[in-house]
Amino acid sequence: MTVSLGLLIPMAVLYACGVYLLLEKSITRVILGFLLIGNATNILLLITAGRPGSAPITDGSSDEPYSDPLPQALILTAIVITFAVSAFLMALVYRSWKLAREDALEPDAEDLAVARRAGASAEVPEGAYRDTDFETEDDPLEPSAAADDDEAAEAGSGTRG
Amino acid sequence: MIALVPLVVLLPLLGAALALLFSRRPILQRAITVVVLAAVAVLAIVLLVEVDTGATLVMQVGGWPAPFGVSLVVDRLSALMLSISAIVLLAVLVFAIGQGLADGDQETPVSIYHPAYLVLAAGVFTAFIAGDLFNLYVGFEILLVASYVLITLGGTEPRIRAGTTYIVVSLLSSLLFLAAIAMLYGSTGTVNIAQLSERIADLPAEVQTLLHVMLLMGFGIKAAVFPLSFWLPDSYPTAPAPVTAVFAGLLTKVGVYAIIRTETILFPSPELNTALLIVALLTMVFGILGAIAQADIKRMLSYTLVSHIGYMMLGVGLGTAAGVAAAIFYTVHHIVVQTTLFLAAGLIERRGGTTSINSLGGLLKASPVVGILYFLPALNLGGIPPFSGFLGKLGLLQAAAAVGTPLAYTLIGAAVVVSLLTLYPLARTWNLAFWRPRSEVDNYESMITAELHDDPWADGSTTTRSLSGLMVGATTAMVCVSVGITLLAGPLYALSTRAGDDLQGTEQYVSSVLDPDPATDAEGAAP
Repeated sequence: MTVSLGLLIPMAVLYACGVYLLLEKSITRVILGFLLIGNATNILLLITAGRPGSAPITDGSSDEPYSDPLPQALILTAIVITFAVSAFLMALVYRSWKLAREDALEPDAEDLAVARRAGASAEVPEGAYRDTDFETEDDPLEPSAAADDDEAAEAGSGTRG
Repeated sequence: MIALVPLVVLLPLLGAALALLFSRRPILQRAITVVVLAAVAVLAIVLLVEVDTGATLVMQVGGWPAPFGVSLVVDRLSALMLSISAIVLLAVLVFAIGQGLADGDQETPVSIYHPAYLVLAAGVFTAFIAGDLFNLYVGFEILLVASYVLITLGGTEPRIRAGTTYIVVSLLSSLLFLAAIAMLYGSTGTVNIAQLSERIADLPAEVQTLLHVMLLMGFGIKAAVFPLSFWLPDSYPTAPAPVTAVFAGLLTKVGVYAIIRTETILFPSPELNTALLIVALLTMVFGILGAIAQADIKRMLSYTLVSHIGYMMLGVGLGTAAGVAAAIFYTVHHIVVQTTLFLAAGLIERRGGTTSINSLGGLLKASPVVGILYFLPALNLGGIPPFSGFLGKLGLLQAAAAVGTPLAYTLIGAAVVVSLLTLYPLARTWNLAFWRPRSEVDNYESMITAELHDDPWADGSTTTRSLSGLMVGATTAMVCVSVGITLLAGPLYALSTRAGDDLQGTEQYVSSVLDPDPATDAEGAAP
């Protein structure tokens, strides 16, 4: 099987960037990472179709080789699924933002409690959430700051939209 | 008879569309959902009888012959899983309707619940009858997308948080699976499971290992096998009781089913069996240790679910016909028992107002029925004779002893200890929630609660609500099914053994898909 370098390199780059973004705490970036990995997998499927450049499909009368149509069918299905799931994820992020005014994924309460019980530090390192702040530089972990944040957000929501 | 095969998927999908159309007519919507699932349950049992007495049913969709078209395959394993999941789906649906009626539908917005539930059912059934790896992927996606909707039902903050973890982890497993399909197609030129089974054997050993590990990782996340199981206890407990029950009963078992297929049809070589056995050991031990640390009944049950996935992995990892047969029997038993326990937890939550065993008490006096409905499946899960849990574990241990390697004996020891440890959190829940008098709940001092702490973010509300007859009825029906599995264990175990034998050696599966006899071919061509 001949593999085109022109497809292989974008696939590798998309996978690398996608994995990096998936590991972020911000849900928006996780979605972007998911989209990149999804597209990387589509390219992987396309690569399996073999050498590019042949006719899409022939009627079988000539011996001319034609490209394998199955990977394209698989990619189409995968694109539809990725599209539906990303739409759902975006709705989820919007809902999460409306409820918590925060784009970051909260750690599980029970896990934190278990960690605290064991004497381990469950504190999130200073500035861990900073890269996900949207409008303020306040640390959402600080209760007072978070409360102020909520009020500010509430007050601002009318004008915003 | 072959025409019935696609109906198990078509009926729920059409039902979902109808249910969505009638979203403003709740009674009609409920009727549609119940009728559809009842019909599928009947169909699945007919298929089971047909397949068990006759040959494997293979339908070539659209009349395209096997390697080119999509094959739908119903063999004994598929038919058994179809039947048991249809019964469980129906019982949980009745429970959900009961809860909806009793609550005035505030907690489960009825307009989306029923269509999503039917789509979930269609996805589960598609996965069970897929004879094509890409069709299996599509089945997984159908059930996952429906489960995303169900787990975030109502869109409250904890559910969004839990749902996001669940969705991101599921997406990752799907992408792994899809990448594995792409690589399998690239190396073999087919996605038909039967043809893959013939061609994989010719691949170089390293390529085989890579593809095998990727598939197992994708399915392992879905089945919640130990290092990949962290997401399950975080995401399941926040969903409404009927949703958690059906997720716990079915969704992880679809992953287990896919692993059984991978290990028997696609990669029958024993190269990864040792790794699977070690993973099984870790899943059992870590799962049950997690369960012991939990104060919340739903979280405790989620951890026992993870722990008992280890038993199924044990059966699959042995790589013998007896091991696979025991794993199949254990899967069927576990689907029923775990669903029943989650339904019972839902009843406890309504009756006691909370699921934390620190704040529950006096339930036996308040509601003896709930006590019985919790106690019987709890004993069953713990593997007390004569229940089906005991019989399933006995089968697994016998299969392991027949293999007789030191690792197999280690697993026998671990399985017995884990089985005992399973009784501890279940019996503790019984003691605290049911036997402890209500008056003693405050300031209760005891060794067993010293290390149990509540969820710090729990709202602490203890509103008790009445039980509706439908909810109790559905749970009772599930308890009866689990007792029925115990009573009919002989025939059922024989059926599991036949299903396990079918999967031993790939020839039977391959020939029934690729060289169907002319009679079935003609029927398949005229859908």
